Amino acid sequence: MLQRTYAWVRAVDDVSFDVYSNETLGIVGESGCGKSTLARLVLRLIEPDAGTLRFAGEDVRAARPPRMKRLRRDMQLVFQDPYASLNPRLTIEDAVAFSLLVHGRPRAEARERARALLGRVGLDPRLYGRRYAHELSGGQRQRVNIARALVLDPKLLVLDEPVSALDKSVQAQVLNLLSELKLERALTYVFISHDLNVIEYVSSRVLVMYLGEVVETGSAEALSRSPKHPYTQALFASAPTMDPDRRMDRPPLSGDPPNPIDPPSGCRFRTRCAFAMPQCAQAPPALRAMGPDHAVACYLYEDAPATTTAAGR
Amino acid sequence: MAIRAVGPGESPDVVMAESLPPAVALVPMSYWRTVAWRLTRDRATLVAGGVLLLIVLSAVLAPWLAPYDPSAGSIRLRLASVGAAGHPLGTDEQGRDMLSRLLWGGRMTLIAGLTPVLVAFVVGAALGVLAGYVGGLTNTLVMRTMDIFYAFPAVLLAIAISGALGPGLPNTLISLSIVFIPRVVRVAESATVQVKGLEYIAAARASGSGVIPIVRHHLLANVLGPILVFASTQVSLSIILAAGLSFLGLGVTPPAAEWGLMLSALRQSIYVNAIVPALPGLAIFVTSMAFNLLSDGLRDAMEIRA
Repeated sequence: MLQRTYAWVRAVDDVSFDVYSNETLGIVGESGCGKSTLARLVLRLIEPDAGTLRFAGEDVRAARPPRMKRLRRDMQLVFQDPYASLNPRLTIEDAVAFSLLVHGRPRAEARERARALLGRVGLDPRLYGRRYAHELSGGQRQRVNIARALVLDPKLLVLDEPVSALDKSVQAQVLNLLSELKLERALTYVFISHDLNVIEYVSSRVLVMYLGEVVETGSAEALSRSPKHPYTQALFASAPTMDPDRRMDRPPLSGDPPNPIDPPSGCRFRTRCAFAMPQCAQAPPALRAMGPDHAVACYLYEDAPATTTAAGR
Repeated sequence: MAIRAVGPGESPDVVMAESLPPAVALVPMSYWRTVAWRLTRDRATLVAGGVLLLIVLSAVLAPWLAPYDPSAGSIRLRLASVGAAGHPLGTDEQGRDMLSRLLWGGRMTLIAGLTPVLVAFVVGAALGVLAGYVGGLTNTLVMRTMDIFYAFPAVLLAIAISGALGPGLPNTLISLSIVFIPRVVRVAESATVQVKGLEYIAAARASGSGVIPIVRHHLLANVLGPILVFASTQVSLSIILAAGLSFLGLGVTPPAAEWGLMLSALRQSIYVNAIVPALPGLAIFVTSMAFNLLSDGLRDAMEIRA
């Protein structure tokens, strides 16, 4: 009525990727590049303006509500903020059991399974089950979040910065818990983080995002051995290291990402890129295969024959 | 206890829990028990609550407590002072017993003060949650309609509606409800919008939950508290407005006893006897003050440590 749309933000634009079962796909990028939006799009918590979403071959966007409810059991999300992601009025037992009640399980069974799962993620249900979220620490809350996401026995778990709000020692515990659970339950992870160390540690394949677009994809190994895109290189160079010989003198990347309402023409990274060429302003570069499981969207590699850049160079 | 390294996937808490017998495991207090426990530690709130309880009890029990018929006057005994024989609080300008009238008047004033807030709480919370959760055009429609009412000062709006409907208790209740609904809707809407954006709502949606369980278990539980606290702050205002309407002749009609009406009738006698006309005013003041203090304490007690 009295509303006007001033501008559209293309938070996620032309991102296309596959997740194979039982793998961990890491998605990395700096703050505000659209990672969380992507997570919510994958789970259809927000509807994309365009594009397709397939789960085990099924078009998720075409699913009617009853089918969608069934599909939701197979894909769950662990949130970033351990504080906003738990209802302050529910005991953690009830918070975990809620999803089961939604799917029509009897109350007693739901509670029993919730308690068992809380025990599995390291929270003794006798001690913690009847507690409220504000009585738990950040790490404990994140364990509750993981239990809540797992209680429906999903196949795909999207983890949106699951450890970013935790301190390092707790991060390690939660990451180990996640990898154990993945083996136990044959889970597939989409792991979103801005922390390259974490991504390298957990992922089999990595997707590097910049301002809503994919700039490089590849196996975690290929990417860390020979990052191609200038942005990926900068990310690796800026990751803190324990090696004093690799100490940084100046930041490899300066400035903030441009305004997503009005992104630069052509390659979105060109405004901060050390190798920017006139060509970069004209049209966005397409993803170009650099090896068996490695692709980059950058004009620097336009002429290089794909074969010579294969893994092992 | 021997020091041992914490293995992957177990927190130090687990190690401790294993050494605890199940009986020791503490069960923390539920939310409402915590609130009640906190209220009992707050002296000002307890006193206010005690005073209110007395006022409400005396109003409820007025038919049994009042020594005289509140509308039976006596020409000989007009404006007797406080402490007069047989009339501990004196008599009014028609010789009616002040104590009996204050007790009966409390009934009217409390009904006229509490009912509109109660109605506004129910209707306002429903509209506000609807507008906040559905959003879009529904939100615009509801909120802009409320803004029209909100544009008038409360007293003016109450006078205007009462004036249009005519005097009498039912019309007072209607006009005051209309005054308070938009305020409650605003609070309810903003609380709903805030909670709706939190991740636990998104998590509930991701689990496949429909709208009704989300609203029931996740939204209302977190929104009703703040709305209740806000509504309780409006009770004192409502009491003052109800008394004010009667004072202006737009509320309860004589000969019924009502504090605002009594104040208005006794106003001319203030030079004859200053204390008796002040009594209904004092009653209004004490009651609304007690409601204010109680709602303050309630707000403090219900604050969640997130």
